[in-house]
Amino acid sequence: MAERNKYSIIIPTYNERLNIALVVFLVFKHLRDVDFEIIVVDDGSPDGTQEVVKQLQQVYGEDRILLRARPKKLGLGTAYSHGLKHASGNFVVIMDADLSHHPKYLPSFIKKQLETGASIVTGTRYVKGGGVHGWNLMRKLTSRGANVLAQTLLWPGVSDLTGSFRLYRKSVLEDIISSCVSKGYVFQMEMIVRASRKGYHIEEVPITFVDRVYGSSKLGGSEIVEYLKGLAYLLVTT
Amino acid sequence: MWPQLYHRSMKHIVKIMTLLVGISALWFGLLKTSMVPSSHTLLLPIYFIMCLGCYGLLMVGVGLMRFPTCPQEALLLQQDVIEAKGYLKQRGVDVGSE
Repeated sequence: MAERNKYSIIIPTYNERLNIALVVFLVFKHLRDVDFEIIVVDDGSPDGTQEVVKQLQQVYGEDRILLRARPKKLGLGTAYSHGLKHASGNFVVIMDADLSHHPKYLPSFIKKQLETGASIVTGTRYVKGGGVHGWNLMRKLTSRGANVLAQTLLWPGVSDLTGSFRLYRKSVLEDIISSCVSKGYVFQMEMIVRASRKGYHIEEVPITFVDRVYGSSKLGGSEIVEYLKGLAYLLVTT
Repeated sequence: MWPQLYHRSMKHIVKIMTLLVGISALWFGLLKTSMVPSSHTLLLPIYFIMCLGCYGLLMVGVGLMRFPTCPQEALLLQQDVIEAKGYLKQRGVDVGSE
């Protein structure tokens, strides 16, 4: 009855020379007795990320770590599509390389999916058991405000719309990704909203998010405008 | 009719529009039948928007107060990093400074 599941973990990278090694170590540490592969989609990092990936392949095996690089920065959405083409698992995990997504939550994603039969399991930072570290008050305020606005307008059915730590049934990811056109974090929102509209079974697990990129002002006025435009687009097209 | 209208294949914006149209129809009805004094009825949309705004602000405020944080995770992460570096360095992976 228990089919053998294989999990393809797609990690887009750009200049994550150190972090990718740490992430790979932690994935292997927390996913014992699980059939998985890691697909690193590197966009031509100048810092030698690909060299480190090749060293990791020597340690863990070239069948467990796939390097599927691209010549330059080509965007997140296409990175996932590119990784998908090489994925041999029946489930796909997407996560960030910078350790804001901790691999220790991977077992809980897998467990949730097995328990519920869900098509998508998404990590949420905003429920009990989850959380964020490294955000100041302003950042929390904008996050909360953005979330309330999105919930009111879109009724998405998930608590964390912009999160990008997710487990998808491979066929479901292929279906959704073909209909998404946005960029950046709006892309993440579009994916989960479209999935919700199509009626896919979505479950959530709490995750903690440690933001190590201190001091980078990722939320200027233009970011907010982009967000509002993204919301309007999703409101009308989904 | 309503369950069919709210079928999942209906675009979200259409659902919102039908909701607004429904509420507007209710509002017009109230104006016409004058069950409630029209001076009050005319102000209803303003009250509605104000309530919506207050509700939104309340949700933001409550959410902000209850925003889950996890300071201990930063410490745990540091430990993980040390462990990872130790293991990988031994096996020939370059984990020098970024």
